[in-house]
Amino acid sequence: MKLELRGITKRFGALVANNNISLTVESGEIHALLGENGAGKSTLMNVLYGLYVAEEGEILLDDKVQKFAGPGDAMKAGIGMVHQHFMLVPVFTVAENVVLGHEQTTFGGRLDLSAARAKVREVSDRFGFDIDPDALIEDLPVGVQQRVEIIKALSQDAQVLVFDEPTAVLTPQETDELMIIMRQLAESGTSIVFITHKLREVRAVADRITVIRLGTVVGEASPTATNAELASLMVGRAVELTVHKNSPELRGTALSVQNLSVVDSRNQIVVNNVSFDVQAGEVLAIAGVQGNGQTELTEALLGLQHHVTGSIELDGKPLRGYSVRHILDSGVGFVPEDRTEDGLVADFSIAENLMLDRSSGAPFVKAGNLQLGFRAKFAAEKIAEFDIRSQGSEMEAGRLSGGNQQKVVLARELSRNLRLFVAAQPTRGLDVGSIEFVHTRIIETRDSGIPVIVVSTELDEVVALADRIAVMYRGEIVGIVPGNTPRATLGLMMAGEPAPAAEAAR
Amino acid sequence: MSTITQDSAPLPSSAPIVKLTAQVRSWKIPITFGAFAIASVLLFVGLGRGQRGELSTFRLSEARDFIQLPEVALPTFVTGVVVAIVLVLMAVASAWLVYRHRKIPIVLTIVFALLFLIGFLAWAASGSTIPVPGLLIGTVTLSAPLIFGALGGVLSERAGVVNVAIEAQLLAGAFSSAVVASATGNPYLGLLAAMVAGALVSMVLAAFALKYLVDQVIVGVVLNVLVIGLTSFLYSQVLAPSANLNSPDVFPRLNIPLLSEIPIIGPVLFRQTIIVYVMYVAVALVFFGLFRTKWGLRVRAVGEHPQAADTVGINVNRTRFIAVTLGGVVSGFGGAYFTLGAVGAFNKEMTNGMGFIALAAVIFGQWHPIKATLAALLFGFATNLQNVLGIIGSPVPSEFMLMLPYVVTIFAVAGFVGRSRAPAADGKPYIK
Amino acid sequence: MSDTTAAAPAPGPDPVPGAVKKDGSERWTQALRDITGGSAMISVLAVVLALVVGAVLIAFTNDRVQETAGYFFSRPTDLVGAVWEAVAGAYSALFQGSIYNFRAPNFFNAIRPLTETLTFATPLIAAGLGVGLAFRVGMFNIGGRGQMLIAAGAAGWVAFAVELPAGIHLIVAIVAGLLGGAIWGGIVGLLKARTGAHEVIVTIMLNFVALYLIQFLLRTPGALQAPGSNNPKTPPMAATAVFPELFGPRYNLHAGFLTVIAATIFVWWLLSRSNLGFQFRAVGQNPSAARVAGINVKNVYLYAMAISGALVGLAGINQVLGTVTTGFGAGIDAGIGFDAITVALLGRSKPWGIFAAGILFGAFKAGGFAMQAAEGVPIDIVVVVQALIVLFIAAPPLVRAIFHLPTPGTTKGPEIRDVKTRKTNEVVAK
Repeated sequence: MKLELRGITKRFGALVANNNISLTVESGEIHALLGENGAGKSTLMNVLYGLYVAEEGEILLDDKVQKFAGPGDAMKAGIGMVHQHFMLVPVFTVAENVVLGHEQTTFGGRLDLSAARAKVREVSDRFGFDIDPDALIEDLPVGVQQRVEIIKALSQDAQVLVFDEPTAVLTPQETDELMIIMRQLAESGTSIVFITHKLREVRAVADRITVIRLGTVVGEASPTATNAELASLMVGRAVELTVHKNSPELRGTALSVQNLSVVDSRNQIVVNNVSFDVQAGEVLAIAGVQGNGQTELTEALLGLQHHVTGSIELDGKPLRGYSVRHILDSGVGFVPEDRTEDGLVADFSIAENLMLDRSSGAPFVKAGNLQLGFRAKFAAEKIAEFDIRSQGSEMEAGRLSGGNQQKVVLARELSRNLRLFVAAQPTRGLDVGSIEFVHTRIIETRDSGIPVIVVSTELDEVVALADRIAVMYRGEIVGIVPGNTPRATLGLMMAGEPAPAAEAAR
Repeated sequence: MSTITQDSAPLPSSAPIVKLTAQVRSWKIPITFGAFAIASVLLFVGLGRGQRGELSTFRLSEARDFIQLPEVALPTFVTGVVVAIVLVLMAVASAWLVYRHRKIPIVLTIVFALLFLIGFLAWAASGSTIPVPGLLIGTVTLSAPLIFGALGGVLSERAGVVNVAIEAQLLAGAFSSAVVASATGNPYLGLLAAMVAGALVSMVLAAFALKYLVDQVIVGVVLNVLVIGLTSFLYSQVLAPSANLNSPDVFPRLNIPLLSEIPIIGPVLFRQTIIVYVMYVAVALVFFGLFRTKWGLRVRAVGEHPQAADTVGINVNRTRFIAVTLGGVVSGFGGAYFTLGAVGAFNKEMTNGMGFIALAAVIFGQWHPIKATLAALLFGFATNLQNVLGIIGSPVPSEFMLMLPYVVTIFAVAGFVGRSRAPAADGKPYIK
Repeated sequence: MSDTTAAAPAPGPDPVPGAVKKDGSERWTQALRDITGGSAMISVLAVVLALVVGAVLIAFTNDRVQETAGYFFSRPTDLVGAVWEAVAGAYSALFQGSIYNFRAPNFFNAIRPLTETLTFATPLIAAGLGVGLAFRVGMFNIGGRGQMLIAAGAAGWVAFAVELPAGIHLIVAIVAGLLGGAIWGGIVGLLKARTGAHEVIVTIMLNFVALYLIQFLLRTPGALQAPGSNNPKTPPMAATAVFPELFGPRYNLHAGFLTVIAATIFVWWLLSRSNLGFQFRAVGQNPSAARVAGINVKNVYLYAMAISGALVGLAGINQVLGTVTTGFGAGIDAGIGFDAITVALLGRSKPWGIFAAGILFGAFKAGGFAMQAAEGVPIDIVVVVQALIVLFIAAPPLVRAIFHLPTPGTTKGPEIRDVKTRKTNEVVAK
């Protein structure tokens, strides 16, 4: 089925999220929609899927103009979507999720689940998936959950399939498998829209590439274009994909983690017997696909996890088993991976957020009283130093852009006397400008002699920042390798192959 | 690295789900068992009630029953000692099971609870007789409004709207059923009016929660106040001066032929009013509706993950609105129990906090219609036990018996329910 | 960011209606807009709207109105007159019973209703502060009844059973009551912190537990029951432990009002000037961020509920040591624990807002009794009006729709800005 978008404009109040966007996807074509975070890709796809109504423009399927009042209409017309955040009910089974919204019933309004199971089996057989229709979604690994999303779309006989940032949660190997699936689908005549900001993937699988920036189409490219060409098109200027850094000046082991294990609230071992050291003056990157224990590892370092065994020593002093307060006071700086959830209080002002983790003593508090004058002065200084674009220190942090929010978090953490700096997913969801800023700050911190741990699921970021790389898989560290280890090796390690074997395989 | 390198290779099947599970012991059950075992030793043995050879008699049949079961008489003190010993042994056994990383079978918990209950009843009834059918009949009757309220709460909360307004729905149902049944002389129209009134309260809740995105707990609390004020005002202004608006006929007990003659079960379940019979149907229907139908799947979907429901074309707010309204219909019907099933007249604030107990039953029952019904029955039992013990002269001050359901609920939410999950989107408005 | 220099503060791209924006540079314009379209105006209109609904109820249930409605078509003016008489009579009685009595012989008598209002407001403000404080920490304290009863029981017992010199006796009784309330509230915080038990359920349950506990104590000789009596009622409070009257025996207003003013100042300081309050608010707005920032969230829940319970307890103390000093029964809470929720909501959980809301509701209560006595309108109408006020205030869009008010943020046409000047829109564009 041929899909055509003509002159789509979508506004949110004063913001123009999509400005006169036109796009054509031929039948059986994989069309990549490339753009930065916040460029308007997801908005456009939500318009296509009937979740938003565009102010201007029209959607055509096989040259017929469509009117979508909601996702139901879009689905009936043959559009399916594999969402970035899976639209699956975690406590439902695979079959229930797949039939939700177009259920078949038997006598007396009874839900016909056996028909649903048959449907799941039929579609999953067609693509060689092996999925139990009666498994609960929450028990499935993310890669499998994504396949359920695909089955869900295909069971509606989708002719146009939209993949919204589908590789964010996958290992490189799973990503390759997804690419094969997308190829198969395209060969069987399905039109595919592939939304991403990852240049490598676009070039590997797309037939055509449309680049959008700040809500506008800025150009088309062919898959033969170079990374640099695509990147400059996407960002609007020449981009340096690497961070300038000198070789690390190592100053001895600062953090030592031995035999660390973490058990979560569901009694699962999420970090399994992990040991590593970090030297003062180096960046240790922890790579791995989302959900392999990195989050829990950083939380354990900060004292946020309850069932932790093993030892954590910073400058020879034990940290494990102490309160978060004590660990912060011991000089651990922490950038949490979900800044809106864990890093900031959205309704607090910038100034209040800047004192958030120093609310128990001097200099912000004296004798139980807040030192408002000091806080205002401090906030003004940090806003200038970290170039936080705001309307003043009393502006609510929730109204800042993602990049400026992250600067508030960085300003807060880096203005304490640090002995260790832990940054989890420090650039997730940020625009390129902010990413460069954050990376520069991290390297500056390293060069000032502070040991740094960066957790990232983005290989680009890992490679850009790391002096050494620890790869995690299913709660264990597969291996710790030098910062210049080839991506292919890292990819195999992220899928669980131990380091030496991975290197031997090449 | 070229990305697609294995075109011809068969796709690997999805990775096997390997999850390492740590063995973490939970001592909640042994601690609870231990507490009850100690309590039973102190009460049944320590207080030494019935040491002069008193008997505790359990009457199992009513005088008019066709089949008469003999009375069971237990020696109070001996029974107490035996039960206390067994309970202590069971507590030790549960601790041992936990220590050995074994699961404590649910049967053990049920047997433990029943034994404690028997021990307690024998202890309390020292030298007198407990009418078991009467105790249970009253349990079912008293539970009826709780069960209706709990079902209404379950329907609403499964769809993702917190329903603190059960009290208001019950009270509105009680008021309007009394007025309509009195005015028309037809109690069935009264039932209908109760459902309409409950639905109206629910619609206000739904409108404020879904359209104006007001915090659902706040709307619920305010609705309770509003309905209490409104019914009290109208009672003083309208009902009190003219008695003919507040004297509905009370439904009689209907004996179901044959079934009502089954020993114990018959009188308890099948010699009730039409309101209780409707309750049986309602429990079954709510369960079937929520877990076996297309509608129920959608209701649960909007309560768990509204966005997922929206992306497959389900109208989230409409689904929620209907479920909440239906919940009001059910709760409102339960309100009719107070006027048409029991008292025969409306009184100010006559629901007296039953809506809040129904809410507790919803949570205690883990948002499941059957479990919530069982929880409501437990509360009804505790209340009626206090009544019965009051008649035969209870050794426990009646206030402490009345406290029991609330204390049990606190233990439940602190212990067992703390781990269970509410519908994920419960209380959260859906904004695209 | 370029738009700080724009002449008019443009509304942000926030698609949520009713989100009021503050613009540092344009604070004054914003303040004006807040008054016309914003929260203050909404509050006033909500009160007006609720009074209108109350008037409708009064008119509908009035005998004379029903009578005249019977022959509406022959003499419609009778109906209008009857409605006016019913409503005006009720509301003027309400006013004269709560603020100023025009018919009184002299000023000192005429002003008496106002002091009654303040007397009724005293426990409402105290309990409202408690509920409001819990709201600010993200918790819903429906346990006012239980906390008041326990506090009243503790303070009352000290007041009638212990002999101490005047002054010290009062202070000890107050402290006992505060502790009682703090413990009853603290249990909730402790259970929430340790086991995750939902505070709504626990507070509701503890209300009943407290009620039955007090009922038991009230009928147990040697506990709270008056010696030689069979009634479930305490003996009178000792004169040494009673709040002194503020303006002499002519008025009921007692020094408890001063404790409530002090409590309001304390809560203001706690929330906006102290570091504990900072931690309270952080936990209330975003508990996970607070935890990551090293704030001990569990302790915050415990402290907040204990302080909340103590403040609600202050309401119970005021009841037994100020308002009803002749001995009390299990109904001493008088529903104040629930009224406090509406007071806190109306005051938007801000200390001085609660103070004002408490006085308004105190006036309703004082006037309500006068209205019931003079016009025969049941005082329950006041409950209805109060509930409606809160309901309307909670839903500004509804009030705006009824009065055709503009939505704040759209009062000036949104200026279309070039999207390129803003890099701040990731969240929305996503």
